Amino acid sequence: MKPAPFSYADPDSLDEALAVLSAEGEGAKVLAGGQSLLPLLNMRLAAPTTLVDINRVPGLDQIEAGGSGVRVGALVRHAALLRSAEASAVQPLLARATANVAHPAIRNRGTTVGSIAHADPSGEMTAVLALTGGSVTVATPDGTSSVDWADLFLGPLETSVHGPAVVTSAFFPALAPRSGTAFAEVARRKGDYAVCGAGVMVTLDEDRRVASARVAYISVGLVPEVHDLTDAVVGRPVDAADWAAAGVMAQGLVDPDGDLHASADYRRLLVGALTARTLASAAAEAQERSA
Amino acid sequence: MTTKLFGEPVRRREDARLIVGQGRYLDDIGSGAYAAAFVRSPYAHARVVDIDVSGALEVEGLLAVYTYEDLTGPMAEPLPVLIPHPQLTHARTGYTLVRDVAHHVGEAVVMVVAVDRYVAEDAAALIEVTWEELPVVVGVDAAEAAVHAVHPDVPDNVAARHHQERGDVEAALAASAHTLSFTQYFERSASMPMEGKGVHARWDADDSALRVHSSTQASTSVRAAIAAKLELSLEKVEVIAPDVGGGFGVKIMHPWPEELLVPMAAIKLGHEVKWVEDRREHFISSAHERQQRQEVAVGYDDDGRITALDVLVWHDNGAYTNYGIIVPINTATQLCGPYDIPVYRARVNSVYTNTVLVTPYRGAGRPQGTFVMERTMDRIAQERGLDRLEVRRRNLIQNDQFPYDWGMTFQDGRPLVYDSGNYPGLVDKLEALVDWPGLEDRRAEAATRGKLLGAGMAMYVEGTGPGPYEGAHVEVLGSGKVLVSTGLTSQGQGHETVFAQLAASELGVPIEDVEVTTGDTRRFGYAVGTFASRAAVVSGNAVALAAKGVREKALRIAAELLEADPGDLEIDEGLVQVKGTPGASIPLRTVAVLSNPLRYAFDEAARQATQFAGPGDDSKPPIAVGDSPGLEYTDYYSPLRSTFAAGAHAAVVEIDPATWEIDVVQYAVVHDCGNVVNPMIVEGQVQGGVAQGVGGALYERMAYDRDGQLQNASFMDFLMPYASEVPDVDIDHQETPSPLNPLGIKGAGEAGVIPGSAAIASAIEDAVGRRIAAMPISPTELYDLMRSDGEQVPRLPSATGVPA
Repeated sequence: MKPAPFSYADPDSLDEALAVLSAEGEGAKVLAGGQSLLPLLNMRLAAPTTLVDINRVPGLDQIEAGGSGVRVGALVRHAALLRSAEASAVQPLLARATANVAHPAIRNRGTTVGSIAHADPSGEMTAVLALTGGSVTVATPDGTSSVDWADLFLGPLETSVHGPAVVTSAFFPALAPRSGTAFAEVARRKGDYAVCGAGVMVTLDEDRRVASARVAYISVGLVPEVHDLTDAVVGRPVDAADWAAAGVMAQGLVDPDGDLHASADYRRLLVGALTARTLASAAAEAQERSA
Repeated sequence: MTTKLFGEPVRRREDARLIVGQGRYLDDIGSGAYAAAFVRSPYAHARVVDIDVSGALEVEGLLAVYTYEDLTGPMAEPLPVLIPHPQLTHARTGYTLVRDVAHHVGEAVVMVVAVDRYVAEDAAALIEVTWEELPVVVGVDAAEAAVHAVHPDVPDNVAARHHQERGDVEAALAASAHTLSFTQYFERSASMPMEGKGVHARWDADDSALRVHSSTQASTSVRAAIAAKLELSLEKVEVIAPDVGGGFGVKIMHPWPEELLVPMAAIKLGHEVKWVEDRREHFISSAHERQQRQEVAVGYDDDGRITALDVLVWHDNGAYTNYGIIVPINTATQLCGPYDIPVYRARVNSVYTNTVLVTPYRGAGRPQGTFVMERTMDRIAQERGLDRLEVRRRNLIQNDQFPYDWGMTFQDGRPLVYDSGNYPGLVDKLEALVDWPGLEDRRAEAATRGKLLGAGMAMYVEGTGPGPYEGAHVEVLGSGKVLVSTGLTSQGQGHETVFAQLAASELGVPIEDVEVTTGDTRRFGYAVGTFASRAAVVSGNAVALAAKGVREKALRIAAELLEADPGDLEIDEGLVQVKGTPGASIPLRTVAVLSNPLRYAFDEAARQATQFAGPGDDSKPPIAVGDSPGLEYTDYYSPLRSTFAAGAHAAVVEIDPATWEIDVVQYAVVHDCGNVVNPMIVEGQVQGGVAQGVGGALYERMAYDRDGQLQNASFMDFLMPYASEVPDVDIDHQETPSPLNPLGIKGAGEAGVIPGSAAIASAIEDAVGRRIAAMPISPTELYDLMRSDGEQVPRLPSATGVPA
């Protein structure tokens, strides 16, 4: 469990990081928190020729919470996002989901943006980016662009970001008025990758009836999946909505795989249970926020 | 003796050092050593066609590459069968490096030595082995079917047919009022110490002497094995177990190939060589335990009393039988636990599979046996409509039946005789500790929260402290420091504390003056090892005996100096004094100085012992006939046979019927290990054992696929419970002294793990009303079970002792 030889660069500017990435080509990998990358290296499941450590690049460790949403820089640790009251005030789902990311030691090192760029379908923040309709900012030697979540995730551990590029931030839109969120997951052990997880967002209309119910799952598909369950509960007051029916609807929309820890059927069972629970909780919050 | 430490919760003296990172583990030794890495078989069963090392030879920093062809003399012979047994008729062991056929994934084929581990792994990755794949056998069912053979000269895959019998079981079953028969499965897990194995060897060419550090549970025997395999004289080999980060059984297996190959390389290269196992290596090339298929037939009367028990076990021993059939013997002999089973037969067929070898892991065959016995008790309770506690009470061995002779032979080759116990007392205490009568109320309360609550319990008896012996050396220095050494090793159990307590208690000195060394063959050459819950029993008694010898000698010397009768002297806080006569005293350290008559005074203290220092008695030689210089003593404790600890566990689970998640909300243990030396350490042992019991019941399994590939060979997918998954344990003690040893103690190391799967299976069954016939069980499996047409079982009211 020792990595294969690689060279290491720790540039102190984004331009220099991009220059190294350009020079080194396909074999170069960006290192931020290292919580996914370093185990892959040690087990020789990945053998990059160069690691470009961006931890010295200034300005990437900022959380900017404004009216339109929360922008999270590439070096913001999960723990910092979890603690950010400003971010939670704008988009409560961020802290709710981050609390489910692994254990404190991993949250202290691992980065939210790194987790998204890694595109693990078990990663909580991929689902949050998808559910909130967020995007990432990608810097390349040719300039900076924004990539919508729907165009980002191509498959497990695979994104549309190619060539010399650094994902410099992720943007999560603010929670809309009369809306509530919830996040829940079932893991074999506390802090493990979820066997199944669900993040939900419920929005009420001005009469406090359900206008929208949307959900994103983790560990259910190859990429984060967002499903619209509004039809199951639309127009119902919060306390009269059949959240279990929304769960059943969701079960028909997903196509999970089985693995060592959960059969496909069991994942589908959890999709139903977690969907019903989280929707009820999110709707209750939406009702509070509508008061 | 006035210094009382026996029985006190003395804080562990080793913790400060270990917790602040000042422990000295294997990888802390030899920073300048060359590093070894291994090419291991990627196939479960395959023949080596060719090994091409040419790629590796180009790597800068490579020092040596070894294959089987490089082994000579005894190193080229198969590894030893450590514990031969007449019923182990088809023992097979591997070679230190695969000779022609690998029998499991992970078997070492090539050893690479380089300047550091990085380079060694780079070079290993460039070695190309050409393999011819052979048919693979995985699991006891496939082994029994024997469509393929793991070893071609063992076509039925059966290594041993172990057999224990008491009475004519077939006749007794036929005569029983009621009978039941069923089959159940128990899955593999493993010791998984935090620190894997590791070996460091240093060769002194001028002295032709070898010093080996190994993360082992048996340094004296590793020493003997190295000397034999490398054809060295025993006195030229030293083996030291440094701080060891957990063993749990896997490090009692020896010699591991690396324990022989690393010293061999150190000698050949004339340089220190080190190998530290990584986690993947530990998963695929150390040892596992526990897979069995158990076929049970039981006869019982109208009152639920067992009249006959017949068990046929198919036991997966993996690819080799280096450690003999200790695990099958434990299953067969410990299965009946605390119950008076009048007629009993156990047959354990130990079978080969193309998987990592099976050697004892904490509990060592007993969790499986307990699973048979306790699930049988639950079934009888269900059939007879009896409370589960009540059916057990009716079958227990009673206090007046000790010593209870089973007429069988235990794993130490000695008669299976329970020395002492109070099993009804365990049940009474457990009933109170878990509030068994109050469970129906708790079930109802849980139901209001949408949870299914269930309770289960299980009992066990554990043979502990087997021989043949351990020894100890105790010496008082002129400084007053007391050195204690024993040959068995420590893996974090608290031996430094417990042995110091025993020596200090016996000698009458402050515990701060006592220094304990374990597992260092330079200090104590005769030892067996740390396994089978034996350290406190066997080394503990040896330490007490050796300290007693020192005490007697000290009193003899002091009596002359104080002109008193030895019987009138006592030692307290390191001072030898005449009882009831203040002032008539001499420090023990002075006695130590005077015990060694000197010609030369090398320091102030020594002056007192020189030839012109005092008047002396010219009529006697300075050292009496039959005596020896120095205040020291060596003694051994060799038990007549094992001593039998016992306990009762209860688990209460809550299950979420929406997700089938299983939460152990209460775990209660009543524990009897005889006289307790240190209750804090015993409770720690119990708590740790319960953690492994919960792991084995709900989380851990070795997920081999049909090709013999281990699918979960990492801590990401092999799920050991975190602290968040382990319940707090409610513990109550009962102390039934052993009549077999001077201190009256029984072993405590393995107890906590033994009944975990049985108790938790019973609790889940109680909660969901479906038969649990295989462990471990995960939520996804429980969901499958609930959807299946599996057997529904009656839920019994546990509020009252329901009459039959």
